[in-house]
Amino acid sequence: MNIHEYQAKEIFREFGVRVLDGIHCRSVNEALEAYDQLGSEIVAVKSQIHAGGKGKGILYDPVTREEVMRGGVKIAFSREDVEKFSRNIYGNILVTKQTGKEGRLVNNIYIETGCDIEKEYYLAILVDRDRKSVLVMASTEGGMDIEEVAENNPGAIHKIWADPVEGLIEEDCEFLSNSLGLTGNSSEEMIGTLYSLYDMFIQRDCSMIEINPLARTRDGSMVALDAKVGLDENANFRHSWREEVRDLSEEEDVEIRANDLGLSYVKLDGNIGCLVNGAGLAMASMDVIKLYGGEPANFLDIGGGATRESITAAFQIILEDENVEGILVNIFGGIIRCDMVAMSVIEASKELGLEVPLVVRFSGTNHEKGKEILDTNEISIHTVSSLSEGARKIVDLIGVDN
Amino acid sequence: MSIWIGEESKILIQGITGKQGTFHGTRMVRYNTNVVGGVTPGKGGQAVDLNGRQVPVYNNMREAVSETGADVSAIYVPARFAAAAIHEAAEAFNENGGGLIVCITEGIPTLDMVRAVHKVNEFEKVRLIGPNCPGIISPGINGGCKVGIMPAFIHKKGRIGIVSKSGTLTYEAVAQTMSVDEGQTTCVGIGGDPVSGTGFIDCLSAFEEDPETVAVVMIGEIGGSAEEEAAEWVSENMSKPVIGFVAGSTAPEGKRMGHAGAIISGGKGTASEKFDAFEKAGIYVARDPSEIGQVLVGALIEAGLRES
Repeated sequence: MNIHEYQAKEIFREFGVRVLDGIHCRSVNEALEAYDQLGSEIVAVKSQIHAGGKGKGILYDPVTREEVMRGGVKIAFSREDVEKFSRNIYGNILVTKQTGKEGRLVNNIYIETGCDIEKEYYLAILVDRDRKSVLVMASTEGGMDIEEVAENNPGAIHKIWADPVEGLIEEDCEFLSNSLGLTGNSSEEMIGTLYSLYDMFIQRDCSMIEINPLARTRDGSMVALDAKVGLDENANFRHSWREEVRDLSEEEDVEIRANDLGLSYVKLDGNIGCLVNGAGLAMASMDVIKLYGGEPANFLDIGGGATRESITAAFQIILEDENVEGILVNIFGGIIRCDMVAMSVIEASKELGLEVPLVVRFSGTNHEKGKEILDTNEISIHTVSSLSEGARKIVDLIGVDN
Repeated sequence: MSIWIGEESKILIQGITGKQGTFHGTRMVRYNTNVVGGVTPGKGGQAVDLNGRQVPVYNNMREAVSETGADVSAIYVPARFAAAAIHEAAEAFNENGGGLIVCITEGIPTLDMVRAVHKVNEFEKVRLIGPNCPGIISPGINGGCKVGIMPAFIHKKGRIGIVSKSGTLTYEAVAQTMSVDEGQTTCVGIGGDPVSGTGFIDCLSAFEEDPETVAVVMIGEIGGSAEEEAAEWVSENMSKPVIGFVAGSTAPEGKRMGHAGAIISGGKGTASEKFDAFEKAGIYVARDPSEIGQVLVGALIEAGLRES
């Protein structure tokens, strides 16, 4: 789960990480009021969407798809600028490197005061999967894409790891600060920032905190100019505050609905729908469809606790995608019984008036019974015995030229 | 032989009185797994009927381990209590000569796992498998030792080791070995979470040392770099043939594919990188999981372990 920059900065303030004054706005008028209230001549007008690369993004009109403005983050030198920029941002589509070509509708703007920047840095906290501990990563190449820095100048990235029990070690923080060439007050502020962010990471169950850039100002302060925060959804049960910061408009509606039903769904661009139990098998099913010349339309894991209701809902979700021309069901029965899935498949086909070709592969618990149920039913369902056969069959049935 | 568990293993079930614990405990006993007890705080002194076997319930792991001499624990407790269950099991086993903790639970907060894995690693003789995994199974002649949620009947005692990040895809790999008339020594599901206990290399190294295992099937998936590291380890240390598959060639960047750890981020953790690493390490690669059986046969023939 991701949150907006303005929300992340609210949490930063709470934990003592220095940020600039800023006001969250939901209209052009609110942006102008915010400008008046902040009393700073120069402000940043920032698009708020759950994706990076906003500064280099392009805004488009949602209806005409015409380009409106280059740059989703603008520096305004006057009230007129604020009005112009927020008008160009609010209600338009922002396309960045991370949004895909559809882009995201911008419904939120953040107006923030400026500061005198001496130098920009990069700072991130995340979980290191290999070391199984929390990693703090910093670089002098602020404002740059960290993947590019890692590729071209790996020596510019400095890392320390927190102790799972003790947390951050003072010497490590000093080392990190020294590695960035910070001294005096800036170094002290940096170390304080590290402790504050680490506390936030642990107490709020974050999966990532990224500040790019973190600025050293002329007076030596360290200020988070940007804030990207990801939250570990597995910890939702102990963070009721997340309900309030969750922006459902930033998530795919169909993915939310799937999730509520215990399904895990990701839409793709192909035309063969997949319904599978297990995440690994669901990915493998997509891969094999592609291997035999087809294009998967989705990832869909019905999970171990699937029921007739959730399977019908899964079919419904697959069929909402207009590109779908055929469906492959691949079930390896364990806790889930293939005969139960077979009954659900028939029920769903009838209920939804399924018209596209359907190929079903059963293996594992009660697979013979499941196959028999499908084979003796009047609905046309192709049953196969292996994944490979299933993928070839469905590709064959819809024709590769589509 | 098998790795880490066998017919002599004594198994405890943490969360035995819960729906999951009783359901899967029953199936474990049905497979002749030696379930010697279970733990549910506050329910000590009761007994649970698992397939006709009266299994005693203890209030905590320390008591359960010292009373039963158990050396394996299967955790079926809800996500919010699972990390505490791992801590408790780790300490109890450490005081009693060591043990294996198999955490089936899905959805444990990552930072809880950072601390739990750290705890387990403090103790040399305690091992953790999972979380978010199907568990571990070693088929025997009459049933076997099943510590987890996998369908037991698809397995057969044999000479192939299996290690996988996925659940049902592990079953697929098992079915593939069976399709070419090969059974398994042990199948380990290590789980698809970003932070977990036992990894690929631990399993590969145990299979390398196990005299009955002659070849290993390894199933990876997108995200992280565990497959690449395992491949490197294989090329340097493994004398037995390894057959590999990686799920997620068609997964888009930046999207979590069901498992918490299955995500390509910043262009890293792709299936093609992992397949490349496998090939470079001399691992026999199957691009279609339905071909694992045939690739395995080819590898066994090449190693002089099978005629056709």
